[in-house]
Order: sequence, then C-alpha cells, then structure tokens
Amino acid sequence: MAYPSDRKYTKQHEWIQTSGTTATVGITDHAQEELGDIVFVELPKVGAEVTAGKTFGSVESVKAVSDLYAPASGSVTEVNGDLATSPENVNKDPHGSWMMKIRLQNPGELDALLSSADYEKFVAEEGGH
Amino acid sequence: MTPMEAAAAVRKTALNAVHRQMGAKMVDFNGWDMPVEYPAAIGCGIINEHMAVRTGVGIFDVSHMGDIRLAGPQALAAVQHISMNDAARLAVGQAQYSALLYPQATFVDDVIVHRLGEDEYLLVINAGTREKDFAWVRDNTRQFDCAVENLSDDFTQIAIQGPKGVDVLQKLTDANLSAVKFYWVTRGSVCGLNNILIARTGYTAEDGFEIYVPSDETIGARVWNEILSAGKEFGIVPCGLGARNTLRLEGKLPLYGHEISDTINVWEAGLDRFCKMEKPEFIGRAALEKGKAEGVKRTLVGLEMTERGIARDSYKVLNVAGREIGYVTSGSPSPFLKKNIALAYVPPEFAPVGTAVKVEIRGQGVGAQVVPTPFYKRPKKSS
Repeated sequence: MAYPSDRKYTKQHEWIQTSGTTATVGITDHAQEELGDIVFVELPKVGAEVTAGKTFGSVESVKAVSDLYAPASGSVTEVNGDLATSPENVNKDPHGSWMMKIRLQNPGELDALLSSADYEKFVAEEGGH
Repeated sequence: MTPMEAAAAVRKTALNAVHRQMGAKMVDFNGWDMPVEYPAAIGCGIINEHMAVRTGVGIFDVSHMGDIRLAGPQALAAVQHISMNDAARLAVGQAQYSALLYPQATFVDDVIVHRLGEDEYLLVINAGTREKDFAWVRDNTRQFDCAVENLSDDFTQIAIQGPKGVDVLQKLTDANLSAVKFYWVTRGSVCGLNNILIARTGYTAEDGFEIYVPSDETIGARVWNEILSAGKEFGIVPCGLGARNTLRLEGKLPLYGHEISDTINVWEAGLDRFCKMEKPEFIGRAALEKGKAEGVKRTLVGLEMTERGIARDSYKVLNVAGREIGYVTSGSPSPFLKKNIALAYVPPEFAPVGTAVKVEIRGQGVGAQVVPTPFYKRPKKSS
C-alpha cells in the first residue's frame, strides 16, 4: 500500500494529517500489518492533553498490545467512536480509520516528522521484509 | 549477536520457502523461523485461520516438532520408565498423551506416544525441547534392550485440522480414514508417497490429522500444495503459530514453558488423568506420591475477563483487594468464543468456578472470574 503524501509520519508508525490548527491521527498500514487482527483500541477522552512522543492510548491485536504515540502535542477534540465496536476497521483501512483529532499546540512540531517518501524508506530499512 | 550469527542460528523447516512465497509473517519460535500468520490478502490472519479450523479446515507446518523412536524387545519397558501415562494400554496403532518427568515430578516435556509396532514407539515432542528430550530419553533408557533414535529431522510434519480435515485428506490417500479413530494412527499412500504415517491427532482441540512425510523441500512443497488444492472446496487456509496458539488455548492444551515447565508439577497442571499412579514405577512417581499427600500450593485455572482488557502471558493475577496471588500462563482474545480468556496459576482457594479475581494489565487491576475449562469443547459427532 502506498503512504498518502497528504500527511506526516512518525518512526513509531503513526500518521498525522493537519487541517489548519487541528490534526487527525491514526496508525500506518505497516503498523496494522505488523500487529495483525486488531481487537481493541484504547483512546483518550475528549479534552485530554497529549504530548508529542508520549503515549496517548494503545492498540491490541490477537497476539500483542502496542502503545500509541502522539505525533504532536495538543488537546483532544474528537475520538473515533466507531473503533470501539469495529476495531478491525484499522486493519481494513488504516489510513482512513483515524483515531483522534487534536488541536495543535505547536504546529511547528510537525516539521520534525517524516514525509511519506521518507517513511516508506524507513519502513523498508527497518523491516527488511 | 550480529545479524550473521542470528541468521546462522535460526532453523528452517523444509517448507520455509513455501511460507515465504505465500507471504507469511515469520517469527523466531524457539530458534525456528516459523510462520505466525498468513496474509489477509489470501483470506488469512489469526482470526480467519482460527475460525477455519473450528468450522472447516486449516493446515499447519509442524515440522519443527521432534520425533524419537524407541524400538526393541524392551521398548515398552523403556517407554513406561520415562513417561507418566500407561503405554501398556496402547494397542498397535494407538496413541496417547503423556509426559516425561524429572525425578521431582516436574516436566521435561509433554509428548504424544504412538505405538507403531509390537515393539516400536514414536514419541512426538516439542520443538524447543528437542535436544534436551532426546538426551533425557537416551540417558534414561540405557538399561533397556531398546534402540533410541532421534528422527526429528526426518519428517515434514503437516497437520490438517478441523471438521473437514478428514474429507480433504481422504481425497489424497488410499487409507480408510473413517476407520481411524481419534488418537489412532495408520499408514497409507499420501499424494503418491507410499507408507506414510497418518495420525488422527492435533493441537487444536478439533478433529484432524497429522501426516509425516519425508523431509525434503520438493516433496514437502508438493504435498502442501496438493492439500491446499484438495481443500479448496472446503475453504482450506494455511495456518500459522498464532492460530495454533489460540486454538490450543481454547482447548486448554498445555504449552511447554507456560502451563507446564521444569518448575511445575503434574498435580499443579491438573494433568492427573494422563498420569497413571497404578503403574508401579516411572521417573517422577515417588515425588508425585509425596506431592499428592502434601497437596498443591497453586493450581491451573481458566479465567475470563469480566471487564475490558486482555490478559497476556506472565501478567499478575490479584485477589479483589489487589494482592498478588498468581500469574497468567497464557492469555489471549478467544476468536471463537469472542471473549478474553486466560490460563493462570492461583492458590487452590481461588480455584472454584465463579471466583472473582483481577488481572494486572498495565498497572491496573482488571476484573476477571474463574470459569470452567476447557473454554471450548468440540461438538460430538452425531453420526
């Protein structure tokens, strides 16, 4: 799967797409593939503060649990409630099944993140498969 | 370890290239490069693979399992000495679940003992304990007139599991499979190969077969692909170790290093019915007798999460007040039951069904309760 160029990526395999001062966050196709069948997504509450590089929730597959890391700091304005009942949507459409929306505290933080091309290269080098 | 050393240390089955061609996600399992699951693009993934075995059929490469053959006039006496079940009860062609014990009644390994001939037995053992098991069996049977051979590298072992497994395999063999009962073996041609060992055994808590074909990449790939083709009409899928683990967990089948180990004894593991104390002698018997009189300090129970959360291997089990009382040996979402289940060691006073406990999940005590096991039991055939 190609990584959309309309967003940025982290080395922990999250994506973040900005629209003005808000941003939408999810996990990448590579992340969902590594996890396998996702059965549970734990997300923060609306209003919670998240910090760049710190965990904001977790995602569990049949075989493993994995932390979710915030690509940028901000306050949570919305979470994707559909994932409570249909966590498998993350497997089916990782780049469409967003997890949370945040109001960015410092949009400049995004400059440090990877472009789609750089992320693709990073995955190829890290994974080796 | 440098990557070069890691590459040299990892072992591969004869089907390794086939798994990679199919796009399987590979993991290191006890030093073996094995498929954990196959891609969603071909209808796989742990949940789909699991459900295929429960409702249809799936195949597994289990060539990493080891095999020890004991043959000779005193083969039965040797098997009796090193295993806890009663091999004297086996007719030729019959198999039984058993275990090799240390003198202190903890586990060297669990095994399936197959009686292949009048004086010939085959022990099928775990991948991670192959060398240890063989050395143990060899060293502890020297006093018997019986040859002990390590055949672990001789077979590509393929498991065809699920209610439709019999239909798939019957298309590929001249053996009459309906005459082979669960935990019995036969020999027959399979995919044109003669005299192949066919056992109605498995590790999925489902009906199924395990076949032992010569270990060879070309032969293995051909047999694997012929089974997949023959199974197409039944919706067969290749299955990896991920589904193998969730299937065996639902059936409460022990996994070495988890429910059983060199520090856990037979009574704690609840494997009493496979341990025949009426046998006058076997390694571990004296300690078992002593242990039985003393009673156990912990016992294996099934847990079901009553609150949101998934118990994982080695998580702590707490009482409702939050005091640590035990630990999870295996935990996972159950794809068939659609509940979060676990096996755990707890003191006997917490063992009654319905007892409320907690599992510590990432620092939080999450509600669970003791439930009857096995979590899943396959439906009895009506015909």
